[in-house]
Amino acid sequence: MPERKIRVMVAKPGLDGHDRGARILARCFRDAGFEVIYTGCHQTPEQVAAAAIQEDVDLVGLSCLSGAHRILFPRVVELLREKNASDIAVIGGGIIPEQDFQMLYDAGIQAIFTPGASLDSIVDWIRTHVRTGN
Amino acid sequence: MYFSDETHKASRKLTQQWQANVRNAVTAKPDWKKRFSTVSDLDIQRLYTPEDLQNMDFARDIGAPGEFPYLRGNQVTGYRGQPWTFRMFSGMGSAEDTNRRWHLLLREGQTGLSTAFDFPTLMGYDSDSPKALGEVGKCGVAIDTLEDFLALIDGIPLDQVTTSMTINPPATVLWAMYCAAAEIKGVPLNQIGGTIQNDMLKEFIAQKTFMCPPEPSVKLISDTVEFGAKYVPRWNPISISGYHIREAGSTAVQELAFTLRDGIEYVEDILRRKKMNVDDFAPRLSFFFNAHIDLFEEICKLRAARRIWARVMRDRFGAKNPRSLWMRFHVQTAGCSLTAQQPYNNVVRTTIEALAAVLGGTQSLHTNSLDEVLCLPSEHAVEIALRTQQILAEETGVVNTIDPLAGSYFVESLTNEMEKKAWEYIEKIDAMGGMIAAIERGYPQMEIADAAYAFQRQIEAGEKIMVGVNKYATEARHPVPLVEIDEKVGEEQVRRLKDLRRRRDNRAVSQSLADLRAACKNGENVMPHCITAVKNLATEQEICDVYREVYGEYQDPGLF
Amino acid sequence: MSEPETDRRGKHHDMTQTTQKICAGDVRSASRLIRDLEDKRPEARRRLRQLFPHTGRSFIIGITGSPGAGKSTLADALIGELRKQNKTVGVLAVDPSSPFSGGALLGDRVRMLRHAEDPDVFIRSLATRGALGGLARAAGDAIHVMEAMGKDVILVETVGIGQQELDIIHHAHSIIVVLVPGMGDEIQTMKAGIMEIADVFVINKADRPGAKQLRTELTALLNASPHGPRDWVPPIVSIGNLYEPEIFAKKTAELMDAVTKHHAHLIVSGQFAERAERKAVMEITDALSACILEPVLERLIANGELKKIAQKIQTRETDPFTEAEAIARRFLKTGETS
Repeated sequence: MPERKIRVMVAKPGLDGHDRGARILARCFRDAGFEVIYTGCHQTPEQVAAAAIQEDVDLVGLSCLSGAHRILFPRVVELLREKNASDIAVIGGGIIPEQDFQMLYDAGIQAIFTPGASLDSIVDWIRTHVRTGN
Repeated sequence: MYFSDETHKASRKLTQQWQANVRNAVTAKPDWKKRFSTVSDLDIQRLYTPEDLQNMDFARDIGAPGEFPYLRGNQVTGYRGQPWTFRMFSGMGSAEDTNRRWHLLLREGQTGLSTAFDFPTLMGYDSDSPKALGEVGKCGVAIDTLEDFLALIDGIPLDQVTTSMTINPPATVLWAMYCAAAEIKGVPLNQIGGTIQNDMLKEFIAQKTFMCPPEPSVKLISDTVEFGAKYVPRWNPISISGYHIREAGSTAVQELAFTLRDGIEYVEDILRRKKMNVDDFAPRLSFFFNAHIDLFEEICKLRAARRIWARVMRDRFGAKNPRSLWMRFHVQTAGCSLTAQQPYNNVVRTTIEALAAVLGGTQSLHTNSLDEVLCLPSEHAVEIALRTQQILAEETGVVNTIDPLAGSYFVESLTNEMEKKAWEYIEKIDAMGGMIAAIERGYPQMEIADAAYAFQRQIEAGEKIMVGVNKYATEARHPVPLVEIDEKVGEEQVRRLKDLRRRRDNRAVSQSLADLRAACKNGENVMPHCITAVKNLATEQEICDVYREVYGEYQDPGLF
Repeated sequence: MSEPETDRRGKHHDMTQTTQKICAGDVRSASRLIRDLEDKRPEARRRLRQLFPHTGRSFIIGITGSPGAGKSTLADALIGELRKQNKTVGVLAVDPSSPFSGGALLGDRVRMLRHAEDPDVFIRSLATRGALGGLARAAGDAIHVMEAMGKDVILVETVGIGQQELDIIHHAHSIIVVLVPGMGDEIQTMKAGIMEIADVFVINKADRPGAKQLRTELTALLNASPHGPRDWVPPIVSIGNLYEPEIFAKKTAELMDAVTKHHAHLIVSGQFAERAERKAVMEITDALSACILEPVLERLIANGELKKIAQKIQTRETDPFTEAEAIARRFLKTGETS
């Protein structure tokens, strides 16, 4: 049986438009062999969740540098849960102080990658943790 | 010829000898790295000699301070006349919170104000908009109305201190609030000084705070330039920015080239649209650059910027007033060079970057705080950042002489090289039909994305180093106290807005918005109508919604 | 409920339940089935068979043109027009896979954001995965899934380089070809076969220099081509600045109108039925290939035979035709292909 391609989404919820990291991640994921849905910046959590379901992604990567992650990241997880899509993993990155990590984990974010995390470590995490519905 | 024949003769001979010696030395012991390049990947020679400058002409290319081509600075007295302005970018939470921080900074010796707004304000949304969820006050101050603004500037003598506001699509609104506040405080408009960033081209290229499409955005900018020239002569109505272009991942040359080409685009637009004389507005155009970690690349970039702009203004636009040829700029040290790991190292980085800005002759400087990779700066961290500037000015002797590095074989050579490479970009964009045309094709955006990705790959491969991240990393944690903004700030703003909408004369608000709408449709200057609207307590979003309605909203083309 | 048939927890669900959900318009199940088809899961084909009776009822519009021509932005505008008519819409946005890594950057959705939350619009990005005709290999299957969902109209946005065989002609009823002045390759494109497949031409970004000339040249070429009485002359719609909202709205309505007229023309002229037959022929051909050729090849690769044969061909011990006939006899005789 041929292996499934991993499908991931990279999105920036909220008003922050600093997408240097998100775009680098998108390219990196493509180079790792994933199919990457890039939805760009200025997304509402509702748009992110709707797109994730339409695209049947295995994982959503959220990037936020404006401090709004505390509200927006859990909201995405919540919306996916409401639509019976909690099997879609959600990870986050950006400017996220360590003291917020536990709160995000409790809300259902599975991993947090802040500046300095190597691209390879993120790719490895995805390959290890994402189950592609085999 | 720049040097005498004898000098070159001697230099060539000695250099040849030295090269032979080098060959022997590296055969015995190779260099400790394969490549020596700047952070932007420009290769640097092992040695620079008089030969690298042999085609320079002293009067044409270097000159004196205060003389064309202004390589050595605009001011004849340099930093002895007056040091650069210590202008710390700051804003957090509510207007009252920010006002407190501003007074602290002024007490601690800051000499100019600089405003950081929160995302809803930056994007033209009120604190009670659904889009503002979770964002109010988080990365800057929340300003919805003139009342917030008056609280922000409470106790600030507007006739004595200049204020910069980092605001782009809603710049007309915030400037209107500043002007209205000045009137209320009894300070005539021709006495207030400051800057609005108001540079939409770099938004389309790099920072992505969008609202309206390029054409109307540029029109609004021309309105501010026209209004400023007439009524607010001490104000810089635009700060043409490279900082954000660099933060998005561009090289130093790209930062230089795209910023200057943006400047050219604005000048061309204003000449065409407003039929003004170039000398009527050019003296008040200002710029904003990044000071990244490669010391010499940044110094050379800033010097090259001055010379390129002087040449552009004189030769391309025929400006006559010497002040039109001056490039005046603010610098901020590079946020993207800071690390979350071992954050105290950032003090060192900011210091080197500030040094680069000063040796590059900046008019105004913001130094990042060590904790800005993690949160808004704490009082202690911002104090260290401000002290950095003060130590540079008072203790290190950099202010003693003007443009100290002039004549250095390395610095002049690298300055020339960067200028040359920048011109190549400028000419390429000219050939595409200008910057707006280039943006439509995605050209600068793709150049930046490619440079950003290439740099990241170099970091991952260990070819470029970030100490504490991909080399000398430790498990040890050095926690810094973090500033948190409460969700209560957002809740309070929502409450205030509700109350204000009830209290104010809503008919007057509707009327002033209608007048603004008509002005937009007729192509009139929007500023007077903006000022009336903010005085009537129209909110920032209400005014921006008029722009969105008349001009349409920009759609992100989503390029990689 | 929107769980796929075999979800990540490995539970199996009744096949009929899933196909029912898809026919009822459930997005997640549909998207998962498309994925299963892309990934060539065996059960996916079975499910597609179940859905097949419910397919063939949508109007399929293809949009093709060079990268940067503005296809996604046009698609976004067309979705708006269709929604005004209360039509439900499916969109397949195809982007190329990287030949090096096999991954893909699928960014077309960005230009269709305003429809992201409209429950009657289903936008699905597909990577070509090595297919060369501008469409993903699974595009045909994905179209069937969307048809089964009951979508009135399906927009298929392809990677159109213009000079290759374009698969879109086998799937779409009406094809819009998007050209942009100043892209440099319009004339070549027109001579290379795009003329034959276009049902409607759009000159996009028509405010750019060269637009008038492009229109003139295109008109001349169209006039020079022979037209029979039954033939459709592709109209040219020039669409300029996206940011003059009223004019843009008028132009998009004009485009929609042209496409609708073409659809009507197909039906009235009988060509619709012809194209449907052509599509069916293509589908059975593809299915035969998948049923017969691919398994045979897989077998030969797996047991090393293919390599041995290739070596013998290289040394001219044998030739491809002799080998093919021998293999055909072997497999057809035994009736086994897998």
